[in-house]
Formats: sequence, C-alpha cells, structure tokens
Amino acid sequence: MSHYISITESERAEMLKAIGVADVAELFHDVPADLRFPTLDLPAALAEGEMARELRRLSSKNSDVLNYSCFLGAGAYNHFIPAAVDSLLRRSEFYTAYTPYQPEISQGTLQAIFEYQSLMCGLLQMDAANASHYDGATAMAEGAIMAISATRNRRKIVVAPSVHPQYRGVLRSYTQGLGVTITGDENPAASVADAAALVDNETAVFIVQSPDFLGVLHDLKPVAEQIHAAGALLLMVTNPIALGLFQTPGMVGADIAVMEGQPLGIPLSFGGPYVGVFSCTEKLLRRMAGRLVGVTTDLNGQLGYVLTLQTREQHIRREKATSNICTNQGLMALAATIYTSLMGKTGLRKVAELCYQRAHYAAKAIGNLAGYEVLEQGSFFHEFVVRCPRPVAEITQALHAQGIIGGYDLSKDYPHLGNAMLICVTEQNTKNDIDQLVAVLGG
Amino acid sequence: MHTYEPPIFELSSPGKIGAALPDAGVPETELPAHLLRNDDLAGLPEISETEVVRHFTRISQRNFCIDTGMYPLGSCTMKYNPKIHEDAARLPGFAFIHPLQAEETVQGALQLTYELQNILAEISGFDQVCLQPAAGAQGEFAGILVFRAYHLDRGDDQRDEVLCPNSAHGTNPATAAMVGFKVVEIATDSRGNVDLADLRAKVGPRTAGLMLTNPNTLGLFDENVHEVAKIVHEAGGLMYGDGANFNAILGIVKPGDVGFDFMHYNLHKTFTTPHGGGGPGCGAVGCKEFLADYLPGPIVALKEGQYTRHTPAKSIGRLKAFKGNFGMFVRAYTYIRMLGAAGLRSVSEHAVLNANYLRVNLDNIYPVAYDRTCMHEVVLQGKIKGAPSVHTLDIAKRLIDFGFHPPTVYFPISVAESIMIEPTETESKRNMDAFIAAMKQIAHEAVENPELLHAAPTTAPVRRLDEATAARRPILKYDQAAIEALLSK
Repeated sequence: MSHYISITESERAEMLKAIGVADVAELFHDVPADLRFPTLDLPAALAEGEMARELRRLSSKNSDVLNYSCFLGAGAYNHFIPAAVDSLLRRSEFYTAYTPYQPEISQGTLQAIFEYQSLMCGLLQMDAANASHYDGATAMAEGAIMAISATRNRRKIVVAPSVHPQYRGVLRSYTQGLGVTITGDENPAASVADAAALVDNETAVFIVQSPDFLGVLHDLKPVAEQIHAAGALLLMVTNPIALGLFQTPGMVGADIAVMEGQPLGIPLSFGGPYVGVFSCTEKLLRRMAGRLVGVTTDLNGQLGYVLTLQTREQHIRREKATSNICTNQGLMALAATIYTSLMGKTGLRKVAELCYQRAHYAAKAIGNLAGYEVLEQGSFFHEFVVRCPRPVAEITQALHAQGIIGGYDLSKDYPHLGNAMLICVTEQNTKNDIDQLVAVLGG
Repeated sequence: MHTYEPPIFELSSPGKIGAALPDAGVPETELPAHLLRNDDLAGLPEISETEVVRHFTRISQRNFCIDTGMYPLGSCTMKYNPKIHEDAARLPGFAFIHPLQAEETVQGALQLTYELQNILAEISGFDQVCLQPAAGAQGEFAGILVFRAYHLDRGDDQRDEVLCPNSAHGTNPATAAMVGFKVVEIATDSRGNVDLADLRAKVGPRTAGLMLTNPNTLGLFDENVHEVAKIVHEAGGLMYGDGANFNAILGIVKPGDVGFDFMHYNLHKTFTTPHGGGGPGCGAVGCKEFLADYLPGPIVALKEGQYTRHTPAKSIGRLKAFKGNFGMFVRAYTYIRMLGAAGLRSVSEHAVLNANYLRVNLDNIYPVAYDRTCMHEVVLQGKIKGAPSVHTLDIAKRLIDFGFHPPTVYFPISVAESIMIEPTETESKRNMDAFIAAMKQIAHEAVENPELLHAAPTTAPVRRLDEATAARRPILKYDQAAIEALLSK
C-alpha cells in the first residue's frame, strides 16, 4: 500500500464486509478471468528521497538556459519570469482544482480566467478571447476551422510560408479529414504579398504571422483590406511581447488573432505546457471553440463569474459542437494573467523595448563579422536571420562548448536561405552575453 | 476569507509597475514609427507586485480544491496530487530547456520521455506510445485520425462512420465529427453494457471504428468487451479505447489484451498531474504495432546509447508545436516510478473499493442507475422518495454547504437526474463516511425542508449564480459600465 492511500487494513476489512465481498479481488469479476491481474514489468518502486536523486540526475544531463546563455527562439522564448508568478501558481487552491463546473466554489479560477480574457483582449485589441487553447499552433488550426464554418461554402485556406513551419504542420493535421485545400506556402521563398495574391472568392481565410517565423514585422493593414475585399477572413498569428510595442491584430482589422502565450511568464519546459491565446471579433464570438467565462450576479445581487455560452460545447452539442476541445490551459492562462498584471502597460512596453534594442545591437555586431550576413536590417522585433559561413549545426556545436545555446538551423524549413541561423535575443541576454556570442562566432 | 475581490483593473493607478526590469545597456536603435501600436496599451492595468500578490492570493481563497477537501467529480479522477511532482517539474534541467535544443544537450529529458513511453505501453498492453497530445480530447483526435489514415492507406475508403455508445463522453462524437466522420450512436443494454443487438445492426462496411470507454461512464466494466471488439473487428473496424477511466484498471487488466487497438491516457487523471483549474493535461496515446506507423510525432527512440526523436513513416502529422506537455511527463513519470507495479494495482483496488463502499451505503436512498458491482465510480440518481421538487442540482449545491465538492451531475446524459461519484483511492474511510452522512442528511432535508436545498449553497463565497443572464447578455471582458449596469439591475 502506498503512502497516498489513507485506509488501514482493518478499515478495508470493514468496507469489504459492508460491500459483501471477502476480498478486493472479487470486485473485478466483470473483467475476463484469463486476463485479470497481469504481471506488470516495471522498475522497482522508489522512495521519495531515491526518486528525488534520480530526477536530479536526469535533469542535470540537460543543458538549461539558466546555466547557458540562450539565443534560441523559433516559437518558444526565454523571457524573465518574476518570482511572484510561480509563487502564486503553486497555491494549491489554483493548481489542484478542476474545470469550474460549480461556479459558487470556483470563483478564484473563474475570476482569473475572466481577467485573462480581458487582458488578452487589451493586448490584442480584439473583442473576445476564450479561456485558452493547448498552444499557439492548435489555436491557429482551430481558428482556420472556425473561419471555414463562418464563410460557409469556402473551403480554401491560404497560408503565408513565413508562418511557423510547425504551426503549418498542425494546420494540415487538423484539417486532413475535412476536404479543404491549403495553399500559399509551397514555395518557402514566397512573400506575404505573393501568398495573399492567391486569395480568391473560394478562400475562407488568409493566415499570416507578424512578427513572422523569421522575425520580420509586417504592416498588415493593406493586406487585411485586400483579404476582406475578397470576402475572406484574416487570421493573424502574433507574439505577445511584440504587442508591447507593435501593430496589433485589432489595429490591422484581423478577424481572428492567435498567439503562443508562453512568453507571458511560462517557462520553456521543453515545449510544454504552454497556452494558446485565441481571440476574434464580436461577430465571430458564438462560433469560437473552447471555454468562456462571463460576469453575472448571484441570488444576493453580488458580482460573480460563470462558464458561459456552453451550448457551443461538446458536452452539450456532442457531434455538432464547434470543436472537441474540452480542457483549457487553466494554470498556464493563470500564469499569463499574473505576468501581464505584474508587467502592466509600462512593463510590457519595457520588455518589448529591451528585446528590440538588444536584438538590434546583436544583429549589427554579427552583421559586422566577416562571413556573416544579417538578412533583414530594418523591421524585425527580437529575431533575425543570419547567413553563416558554415553549416549551422557545426556552429551551434562550437557555441555549446562555450556555454551558449545557438540559434535555430533554418536549412531544413527554408533551404533557399542556405546556411542560415535564426537568432533570438530577449531581455534575458545581457550585452555581455551578446558580446560573447559575437566573439565566439567571429573566433 | 470570502471577501469580495474587485477585478484587477480596479486596482490600477497610473505609474505603477509590478516588476523590476533592467536598462537595455546597449546603443539605441530607432523604432519603426509606422509599425507601432496606437493605444499605449490602454487595456492593461498598472499595479505593484504587492497588490498583484494580494489580489491573486485572495481570489485563490474563493476556490475549492483537492487540498481543501473531497472532490468526487465522476470521470475526472480528482485524486491527491503528490507534492514532489511540483519540485520535480521545476528542476532547472526540466523547466528551463528549450524544445528545439540539439538532442545531445537534452539527453536526460529524452530519456525520461522514452522511459515513460515504455512504462505506459507496459501498463496498457500496447506496442508503441506517443506522448504528444495535449489533452484527452486531442488523444482521441489522434486516434481517429490514425484510424482514417489506416483505412485509406489500405484503399478501404468507404468507411465514413464512427460508432459511439450513448454513454460516451461528448468529446467522442465531437472528435469523430472533427475528423469528418458520421457519428452513429449505439444503445446501452439493461446491464449498462454496449447493446450487442444494436451494435450488430449498425456495424458494417462503413464502420471505421468504435469508441469505447471501459470501464464506461456508467461506472461499469463492459462485460462483453471481448464480444464488442470481435464484432467490430470482423466488420473491418478498429477499437478505440477512451482512457478517461483507466484509474480503475491499473494492474487489473491491460486494454490491449481485451481487444483495443488504440487508446489515450489522461496523465492528469490517472497519473496525478494536477488539473490546474482546467488544464494543462496530457492525452498520451498508445497503439498496437500495426497502427504505430501512423502515430503523430515526434516519438523518442534509443539508438546506440543515444536518445533520438523521429516521426513515424506514415504519420498523421504533428498535433501541436514542439513535443507535448513535457512538464506533465515529469510528474506522471515520478508518480509511476514511486508506486511501481504493486503500487499501481493498489491504486485501482482502492479506487474501486471506495466507489463500491459509497454505492452500498447510498443506493437505498439515491437509486443506483445499474445495480452491479461498480468500478471506480458509481452513478446514482437524484430522485429522493417524497421530495418531488428536489433535483440533482439542488443536492449538488447543498453538498457544498457540507464542505464537499459536488459530484458530476447530469452526466451521463443517458441516466435521468444522474449523480456520478468518483471518490478515488486517496480518500479515507473517515471522509467517505462524512460524505455518506451528508448525503443522508440531504435526503432527509429534501423531504422535511426542501427550501433548504433550493437555497443552497449558503456557505460559499457567492450564492447561486444566474447563468441564464450571463449567456443572454455576455460580458466576456472587463467593461466597467456594463458591470455597473448589471449590478444596478
């Protein structure tokens, strides 16, 4: 019996007697007898101290961004997380609760989600945000599916090749049974304008990212006009930290806006859990998948919060639901809420400026190195493409030996760029870190 | 403790900030004026760290959680979350590694992933496990996409139907529809099993597969599971196992042995990664060898002493960016390694023992939906003799006053006034006796003073909430004027 079980031997005997069986094994008589109680070939159980040692041993085999200086981004970012975020996340009132099905005793979770929805709408300048999706990529795929349903008979999706390659992968996985066409990204060198030119009266949605996968900021106002003129919707993928400074989906006139919320106080954690921020215009609200929290009053007229518009959801509409999404990323949305509150309008702008200034400083310094060329000089946020004199894998190996986690190797996703590395600089990279990177690259 | 806490926006004053940030320390580059946002981040508050911490601490106190009491939410498996898990997931080498780092720099994380894949395969009797799906519903989605890919790959392209018993979770039919399948509902027989006659009538050359939760959402192990699998397989269909109720059968039976071809695991339910107020979860999936080529990627393999990632040859593709919810892998791995084989079996034995103990103590007051030995949850009905005005919802709300989180109510939808109770193995007999006493007291009140139930809860931070108004006139983000209008109504 494990230390998680709170029943004694004698209590167990009493309970079995009450049930009317002699042994616990008898409770499983519905399970086919020949298959009952199989042997499980598992490693021997460990005591807590032994387990802690084993976990430390495994974790110390990894190169982490606390001990290495990290210039890797490509969709997951190493930002500063104030200690207050995790301190509040570790309150078990938050992390050991479940979906707030009983609103009267779940006001903490509900209020936090309501504030999350409000903060995300403020950041994005959009009308409505839901209680979150699994991650940025799945939010984008569900946004595309929502656009198909909103535009009725249109079954073509156009996507710019500068949208994160893994997001485009997820988009294809999600839609493979739905009889839709996805186009626009066949040529990795195509521009946003090239892709937008494919939008026609069969197109449900145009998907574009800014800052895009290669770090470039786009002015999407004219793009939105063009897309809307064709009767299609615009889905904008963006980055929450960039929104501290730059053009928002609301300003552009996007119909749907999604982003990976990980930069908002969530650790890199080897890829998850993260949080998919999903927002849309008022017009599309009732087509949006996932949980929503709204304000109401209780019997005494006091303000309270509830899950609302649940009739869109799978537990009521079953096969007619807008999506099968059931869980949200509650705890991660809470992290984003706390982070965004701590930063507030001044802090978010400051973090964005720090990223921008340090990234541009790094880009200039690397661009001055012999054999290296920075492809985008002007409008990028905190990531930029560097053409390198040797294969990127060789360079990142050399960097690792000097305590540096290098950039993302673009040779597989964007072969036309040659030996190209995507370098990310955040507020976590000091001037000293950047100078060291430049020294090793040049050395 | 329950004091009203205003929305955070009402704590804002111009000029405050809750984080200390450095100076850039580099020469300045001009910002591109034409690309800047136009509103000075007007929708965001300005608050100090002190105020933020107090705000969220105070709202946390308006939440019920496992650490405050029994949370017998059927089909959700709200068991105790061991504390070592939280420390484990926050070790620097787990929490602060980038998903795109070179494999040789993350061997420890890949090893943990690989070992967890193998352990889950062993527990369930499958050949290959992929940990990528982010939630049970996404695991289902992976499974039905794999079924589609398998049939199409064999040129078997007329299979456009998925069978779902009417007791299935809503995610099952929604998943099948998302993949483009037509959903065909299968009836339940008088013992709570899949109705074999209805199944035989509806299965056929158009059947891609059947989605079965076993033990099912009636709390019962389907006595005919072998026969169900045989019927579906003979028609050329595949068997999908919804692993939501896997907590009842750890070390008791392997789903792979009773005819399932594919299954998802809810790591957040069975393997105690905390539910987090709705998530994150992990909906890892396992399958038989003949479907392994279609799994989503990446999957971790061990080659010449090095852990590497690969995506299967005919993969349905990736279901999310990067690898999956790695933080959940760490917690589930820790749980399983600390329990071992005997500990896991003990989990299921106690989960089932506890549910049956509640069943025999309550079924003479609240009619049990199916009078059989149950698995880790029991479905009762909120139909109290002599209390016609009392409904399941009233009973649920009254339980709050006794310090319990209510069970799942009105699910499964195939049972009228259903109350689905899942105590889990971590509840003590003392707690269950208190829960039984509360349920008996409520039944007594229902007859003597039903108004008490209609008015419940009375001890919660708020009274019963008006959900209809919330849906009719949705206020989904902070809007001071709209909130004031609502309150002055």
